Order: sequence, then C-alpha cells, then structure tokens
Amino acid sequence: MCRAARTRAARTSTRNHAMTSLTALFYVFSGVLLFAGFRVITARSPVYAALYLVLAFFSAACVWILLRAEFLAIALVLVYVGAVMVLFLFVVMMLDVDVAAVRTGFWKHFPVALVVGVVIALEMAAVLIPGFYVSEARPLGAAALKLGNTKLLGVEVYTNYLYPLQIAAVILLVAIIAAISLTLRARKDSKHMDPSEQIKAKKADRMRIVSMRPEAVVRDAASDAAAPVGDRR
Amino acid sequence: MSLGPITLGHYLTVGAILFALSVIGIFLNRKNLIVLLMAIELMLLAVNLNFVAFSYYLGDMGGQVFVFFILTVAAAESAIGLAILVVLFRTRSTIAVDELDSLKG
Repeated sequence: MCRAARTRAARTSTRNHAMTSLTALFYVFSGVLLFAGFRVITARSPVYAALYLVLAFFSAACVWILLRAEFLAIALVLVYVGAVMVLFLFVVMMLDVDVAAVRTGFWKHFPVALVVGVVIALEMAAVLIPGFYVSEARPLGAAALKLGNTKLLGVEVYTNYLYPLQIAAVILLVAIIAAISLTLRARKDSKHMDPSEQIKAKKADRMRIVSMRPEAVVRDAASDAAAPVGDRR
Repeated sequence: MSLGPITLGHYLTVGAILFALSVIGIFLNRKNLIVLLMAIELMLLAVNLNFVAFSYYLGDMGGQVFVFFILTVAAAESAIGLAILVVLFRTRSTIAVDELDSLKG
C-alpha cells in the first residue's frame, strides 16, 4: 500500500512536471507570437514585416501543436510560411515602394488606434478570463484518439464536410484564374498567333477579286530593242 | 517555478491580443497596402487560434475543420489581393491607401 501511494505520488509529480513544462512552452510561444505580431505592424520596411510575419505564423503553429492540432500546424507552416509568405516577399521585392514616403505620418493616428486596440483587448479579456476557465480538455472518444488528429480531420472533411470541401476547391480555382487574369499583360512586341482568329478567317478576308477588263498591251519597239527580255525590271 | 495550468481563457486571450494588435496595425499602416494585407492575415491567424483552442477544450473536431477552410479562403484572398496590388502599382505607381481616391465623386 505504501508502495502504491508512492507510485501514485511519483506519477502525479511527473504529470505536474509535464504540465509545468507545457505551460512554460505555451508562454514562450505566445510571447514570441505576440512580439512578432507587434513587429509586423511597426516594422520600418515591408521586408522585415514579412519576415516577422513568418515568425508569427511559425510560433502559432507551435501553439497549435500544444493544442494537439498537428495536421493544421504543419499545413500552416507549409501553406503559409512556404507559399503565401514567399508570395508576399516576391511582391514586396518586386514593387519599388518608397519607404520614407510611406512612413510619414505613421504615428498620427496612434492614440486612436491604441484606444481602440486596448478597448478590444480589455473587453475580450473581461469576457474570456472568468467565462472560460476550462483547464481540462474534454477528451475525444477512445476510437477517435486511436485514429490520430490527421486521420480524424480527414474523416470529418470527406464525410460531413464534403460539399464545403468542393466549394473550397472551386474557390481556389477562382483564385488561380483571377490572379492570372489580373496580372497577365499581352506583350506588345511578341509575334504570337491567335488560333481562333486563324480558324475564323475566310477567303474573302484575305483576298479581294476584282473584275476588270483586259487591256491591250501597247508594245514599244525601241525599248524592246534596247534591253534584253530577261533584264527588264 | 510554479505556473498554473493553461486554461482555454489563456489561448483566447492570446488570440484577443493578437486581434487587437492587427487592428492597431490597420490604423497605423494606412499608407502601405502590403502591411495592411499582412495585418489582415494576422487577424485571421488570431481567429484560427481561437477555433483550434475551442476545438481542443470542447473535444469537437468541427473547429479544426473550420480552420482548414479558413486557411483555404485566406490563401485565395491573399493571392487575389496581391494580384490587385501589383496591378494597382503598375497603373498608379503608389500603394498608399489614401491616394486611391479616383472613384470618389
């Protein structure tokens, strides 16, 4: 009995230790996330802002892993850090933005912004801190725990949320077409053919048949004699 | 060092602070459309954080499915937004929001 009690005490202390380290990790990741978010909105150059946004997304992915959402965390890193942020960096470096002109009057609206932001944060905190003091996660079912996060998400997406998934695919297609058609410019110096124009062309578009009376050729004997027939130009 | 257990309120507070930061960012960066788009991405990130936290603490996968779709729509939105930005810069050679007033009567 004494041994059982000691084992239980050891297990509790292990759990407490794990919880403390998880808590510390939460504070570290959240701190980095909020710092990166602050730097995104105050960075002097858009390149720095984009890089800090990468850091913010990465810290958010770490926080999501603490919340046992592994698939979404990896998707966030792959899709956002890998694709969207690279797109942002491309655009930032492609456009020649005058940073000094952009920064003029930067702090003009800061008091209003600060008031609005603090009010938002305080209001939400006032609602959230007492209302959501839930420290124990409600466990998913045993079968769900055995499946793992990725498979569970896949089952949900491909059964209950199948039509939204199709709509999401259509939205992505629309985004592709919109982005390409917005930025596509026809080059003025390229000698390309338009196949539909080629197919649509009729004989009448290319050639005009004019009916005219045949004329009698007037021969000039003197010039005929001066130049040989082959040399006449 | 003794830290209390992390509650749902902690995650929601982080999300709220991040959301407020991006609101402030939209106020501050009104001359730079690129950073405005980044602030909107941060806002979506804060909302997603809330969804994932609720999904974990309530034991419901619906929140994560929602985050999945939000990520899709946000990627489409930023792609189209950046395309519009590039076209805008070609025609007006500025990205300051307060100079884009040609529709004003």
